[in-house]
Amino acid sequence: MFAIIVGLVVAVILIVLNIVLSRISFVPKEIRILSIVVIMVSYIYWGFEPFAHHEMHPHVAEATYAFDGKADIEALEEAGKDIADAEIFWSSVAKVAQHQGNAQAGKELVIANCTGCHSMTHAGFPQIMSDADSIASYGVTPPDLSLSGKIYDRNYLIAFISNPVKAMHIEHKYPVGGEKVFPMPASDWMQPQEIADMVAFLADSASAVPAPVLKEGATEVEISKAANKEVFEAACVRCHSMDYAGITARTSGEDMNKYIGAIPPDLSQHIRSRGDEYLHNFINDPQRKLPGTGMPRVGLTKDAEMQVVEYMTQIGDSKKAQREELGPKILIYLAILAVFALLWKRQIWKDLH
Amino acid sequence: MAEFEKANSVGEWFDQRLNTSGFWRVMMTEYWIPKNINFLWAMGALLAMMFTLLLVTGIFLLMYYKPDVNMAFDSVNYTIMQEVAYGWLFRNIHGVGASVVFLIIYIHMFTGIYYGSYKKGREMIWLSGMLLFVTFSAEGFSGYMLPWGQMSYWAAYVITEIFGGIPFIGDELVIWIRGNFYVSDATLTRFFMLHVLLIPMAILGAIVFHFYTLRFPHVNNEEGEFFDYKEESEKYLKGDKAHSKVIAFWPDFLSKDFMVITIFMIFFFYLVFYNNDFAMDPVNFDKADGMKTPAHIYPEWYFLWSYEVLRGFFFDIAGISGKSLGLMAFGFAQAIFMLLPWLDRSPMVKPANQRPIFKYWFWFLMADLFILTIFGKLPPTGANAWVGFASSVTFLVLFIALPFLTKIEAKIAGGK
Repeated sequence: MFAIIVGLVVAVILIVLNIVLSRISFVPKEIRILSIVVIMVSYIYWGFEPFAHHEMHPHVAEATYAFDGKADIEALEEAGKDIADAEIFWSSVAKVAQHQGNAQAGKELVIANCTGCHSMTHAGFPQIMSDADSIASYGVTPPDLSLSGKIYDRNYLIAFISNPVKAMHIEHKYPVGGEKVFPMPASDWMQPQEIADMVAFLADSASAVPAPVLKEGATEVEISKAANKEVFEAACVRCHSMDYAGITARTSGEDMNKYIGAIPPDLSQHIRSRGDEYLHNFINDPQRKLPGTGMPRVGLTKDAEMQVVEYMTQIGDSKKAQREELGPKILIYLAILAVFALLWKRQIWKDLH
Repeated sequence: MAEFEKANSVGEWFDQRLNTSGFWRVMMTEYWIPKNINFLWAMGALLAMMFTLLLVTGIFLLMYYKPDVNMAFDSVNYTIMQEVAYGWLFRNIHGVGASVVFLIIYIHMFTGIYYGSYKKGREMIWLSGMLLFVTFSAEGFSGYMLPWGQMSYWAAYVITEIFGGIPFIGDELVIWIRGNFYVSDATLTRFFMLHVLLIPMAILGAIVFHFYTLRFPHVNNEEGEFFDYKEESEKYLKGDKAHSKVIAFWPDFLSKDFMVITIFMIFFFYLVFYNNDFAMDPVNFDKADGMKTPAHIYPEWYFLWSYEVLRGFFFDIAGISGKSLGLMAFGFAQAIFMLLPWLDRSPMVKPANQRPIFKYWFWFLMADLFILTIFGKLPPTGANAWVGFASSVTFLVLFIALPFLTKIEAKIAGGK
């Protein structure tokens, strides 16, 4: 209804404006005609671009990087659903977050609880099973944890260790008492201090991971690309391929289909097909843009998410820098040409009047 | 054989053999254009410029494009956009140019309607112009399929499906057009052929014909005034350019065209570099997938008005299905503009605003086309569907009423 009223009101304003414009005789005629054309073209453009997008892609809440559950609870409230469960969960997360973690103690706990399935190559825990065996056992390859303490938010990691399904916002895929069970068990039986210790260890060992080694004389772009690629591979490549960067997902499309019921798309052109803003919003919490999707909330920090999207730009829109450099030059060239064209026309037409 | 003297210059050498000076005079310096015109008269030259840009960039793109369902998407989005030096520039010019050329076509067309440039001897100009509109539409549609993205595929699916509504032969016709039961490799390859060979040839021919049709009735002017071109051109040639009602095609008319083109190019290249999503839809950067229907399927903006007429009839009326009604209305919308010179029964050749009845009709039509275009993109649900229905009916009624309205106008004008 809103759309119709806006559309009609603008159409009426437009026609009135045209009538007014055609009568202002002190403005040169060509300028008046030009303004009518410009107004009509702008109206059409507004209609089929910004307005249509607004109608087809409703605005969603901004991305937040606190991972304190506030957005989840608000969304539940808006949908008129019970919030008690979520409130209990996120307040327990907040309690854990208040504890100062001890990395040394955390290391023992990680060895006891995590490295049986997860590798952590940079901290000296290599992958035990081949990817194929992992898929056969768990349905998916468990992530390597080397960088997890850096690229994932601290609050999120606490929430994740406590209850992965709730942290990832995929309760619809793994309902309580349902047939499917998420491969990683919840650890909310652990002491808050213990969880804080494990997260502290993950953060400590992630900060010790050396920067990617590059050849001598690497350019700034190459350095940033390598750093971004490292984050992208840790965050996305278990499920997604990126053909244009020669990256293949560690879990095949077929296995992913068994695991989440969909084949995750190749990400080569997502920077063009989804755009910067959508990607940030989506990665931050996929359920917000695409309710029911199998993709979990991964809990990337703002910095890590920036790096992921920047990498997608560097691969999917690799000529962006060249485009932005060439653009102004061509426009300036054309502006100068237009001045000469104007002068030439005046020269020719001065005899005609 | 005629006696040939030794030429004193290269120019003279050609002149002796090809009469280049005579040709130049007839086509350029003594081809007469009315003086009483505004910048809207430069749209023709601007279209020629846009077509040249499309042709040249198209030739370059053709060197790397692969018309095969397994290779097309990557040949465009990887090879051309990322590997080939300045391939992205050629593609952006081609993609944005295809959209912008329709903007100019519409301005050109509605300028013609506004100033009555299809009347009294100018019918062939109008018809050949509409022929160009049809061929450009086919060119735009076939080209849109080539990147083999999601919108390429689904637009092709929906539009070819339309032909299925034609009685008796519909189903067979769809298969014949697609070359398969569904949109497939055969469809892509034949649309590739159409896009790079058959339709461009037809367009080139139609452009030449369109220029030729202008030759005898001459270009219309801002007031729709008829005058003696012989007398006025003699005045011009004697040097009294200021009092002559005509100007020469070269250099007078083209100097103004060139000015308009260069100014327009600033705007065009701004779009090419900084705002091209409207012409290269983001959805089309997802590879075509026949198993996955996009949430919203819509054609490019320049087809939205006729698409909305097609789907405006969403319910059955008097036992005829909504689909058939839509198809009939769509067919009507495609053909009716061609008949404009005969639907307008008023002898007045004047700008619309000086015509007592036509002016309402013109602006009503514009408003209706705007609403059709805007609602053509929105999902046809709830109230949107009814706006679509009302504006589609309005479109039909406007054209059916035109002969009667202009007949009344003829009486009013005759009485004055």
